[in-house]
Amino acid sequence: MTAAVAGTRVPARSWRSELRAARGVWRREVTRFLDDRLRIATALIQPVLFLFVLAPGLESLAERSTDGVALRTFMFPGVLCMAMWFSAMVSAASLVMDRELGFLRELAVAPVRRSSIVLGKGAGAVTAALVQGLILLALAGPAGVPYDPVLLAGLFGLQVLIAVAVTAFGIMVATVTSRAPTFNSVMQALVFPVVFLSGALYPVSGLPAWLGLVNRLDPLTYAVDPMRRLVFAHVDASDAARAALAPPVTWWGWPVPVALELALVLALGAAMLAVAIRRFGRAG
Amino acid sequence: MAPTSPSIEVADLTKRYGEVEAVRGVSFAVEPGEVFGLLGPNGAGKSTTINVLCTLVRPSGGRARVAGFDVAAEADAVRRRIGLVFQDPTLDLQLTAAQNLRLHADLYDLDRAVVDDRIDEVLALVELGERRDHRAMALSGGMRRRLEIARGLLHAPEVLFLDEPTIGLDPQSRAAVWGYVRSLQAQEGTTVLMTTHYMDEAELCDRIAIVDRGEIVALGTPEALKASVGADRVTLRTVDDVAAAAALRDRFGLEAAVADGALAVHVADGEAFVPRLFAELDVAITSVTVARPTLDDVFLRYTGASLRDADDAPGRVPNLMQVFSKAGR
Repeated sequence: MTAAVAGTRVPARSWRSELRAARGVWRREVTRFLDDRLRIATALIQPVLFLFVLAPGLESLAERSTDGVALRTFMFPGVLCMAMWFSAMVSAASLVMDRELGFLRELAVAPVRRSSIVLGKGAGAVTAALVQGLILLALAGPAGVPYDPVLLAGLFGLQVLIAVAVTAFGIMVATVTSRAPTFNSVMQALVFPVVFLSGALYPVSGLPAWLGLVNRLDPLTYAVDPMRRLVFAHVDASDAARAALAPPVTWWGWPVPVALELALVLALGAAMLAVAIRRFGRAG
Repeated sequence: MAPTSPSIEVADLTKRYGEVEAVRGVSFAVEPGEVFGLLGPNGAGKSTTINVLCTLVRPSGGRARVAGFDVAAEADAVRRRIGLVFQDPTLDLQLTAAQNLRLHADLYDLDRAVVDDRIDEVLALVELGERRDHRAMALSGGMRRRLEIARGLLHAPEVLFLDEPTIGLDPQSRAAVWGYVRSLQAQEGTTVLMTTHYMDEAELCDRIAIVDRGEIVALGTPEALKASVGADRVTLRTVDDVAAAAALRDRFGLEAAVADGALAVHVADGEAFVPRLFAELDVAITSVTVARPTLDDVFLRYTGASLRDADDAPGRVPNLMQVFSKAGR
């Protein structure tokens, strides 16, 4: 054998090779994402629309009840969550397309753990979401949210957590649905209800009983709430405005601590990721 | 592993999907450096066999070893030693040729110091050196297939699986792909297992196994298989095929097969048969050809159907199988 370039051989699997595989998959995702400037631009349309078109538009209706807080300021944390959620959906759809277009087979036969591939894929999706998240954070000022480093760092940290959780959800749905049309209809059915029920766009106190219940069952509620509390800790607002616009999420009157909310989001994300990894093997 | 042990050893392999048995007790061995072909119609079980050998599908029964490792028990060791070119494209079209290959290098943990040289080397082998930084999307179908072959080779596998490597390619690209298969065998000593349903492609293999309905019906070198038919094929066109077929049966005791609107009979000495045919057949003959046996004749001999007809027959169970295996992806 005049074998190839000397030293071309496939070593046994190790945690380093797994990490490298995951990073390779991540790099592919990021390459594709950065390449797709149209996706980056279009993904910003909806959040910007909510903040700077819908919010000012509705403000005339809501002036009396917001106690001087601009509606776009109120919506800002909700829109940040919404952007994470939308981005994760688009990334999950790309996993479905990988399967449809056959690329998944290249990953499936590689001498690599399924979990490395899913984690690489997920890291790519989280990166994509955070790029958009950072652009939106840059719009804090126009939305009436101060450029306070502590606030921005905190918001970014929460975005990371939320991006991880919603990406896990997206990948899970992508792996449990067998074909693209099914995935699309599941996502279409979920994408807006999850946002609308989460309180991203309205305060969660004083809802009609049934809506309050569904709101508490929506996982995104527990992502929006800590963000909103953080924002309201840094904006000028009267106590009345705080009570009306940023009341903590309650369970039968008990205010749920932020730590518990975050733990809940993280636990759900981890559980969904575990399902995704299990299912991914079969999907390949 | 002793150098003389086979690259691929398959013993009584079966694979069933529910009621349907896609592979029914297949056995064969492939020697190192050999180009071995599985020839058969669509749905004969070729792809299922490959999927088992490259550890994508677990066998229902029997055993298979690839590069010295059991495909079921030591899947990981097998995966590190095989390359795979699928029937359907599996490139990331958005990435460039080099990016596709680099991702592959990451997945197979190739030594970073050699990756760039190796990428150049495999791209040169398939004559895509100048397309290194072109997106896969911008490549023609033939070039994409060549890029897939380059990728399958990147990690210098001991065994390369090619599932219908030339399907959908123009004749020029097909010939090119064959050139690479041969040169890679010469340069890197790679064992190649391929599936095909093209006769002329099977001719180019060192040995072939003819597969029909999940079973191997014949196995050997193309020459040996053709010799085993032992008869020339005489194809004739007549003004009245029905009458001619009846006359062939009555006068010569020959059962004529109808294929492509012509009658075909097998006789030991075709050239000597033609004058008798003209003398004794009272149906007007418009043309006659005499041909040495081809692999299609071999297929006909062992399965009772011509390969093309077997491909088209809708009622054959293995065709259903293919639908299942596609759906299962």
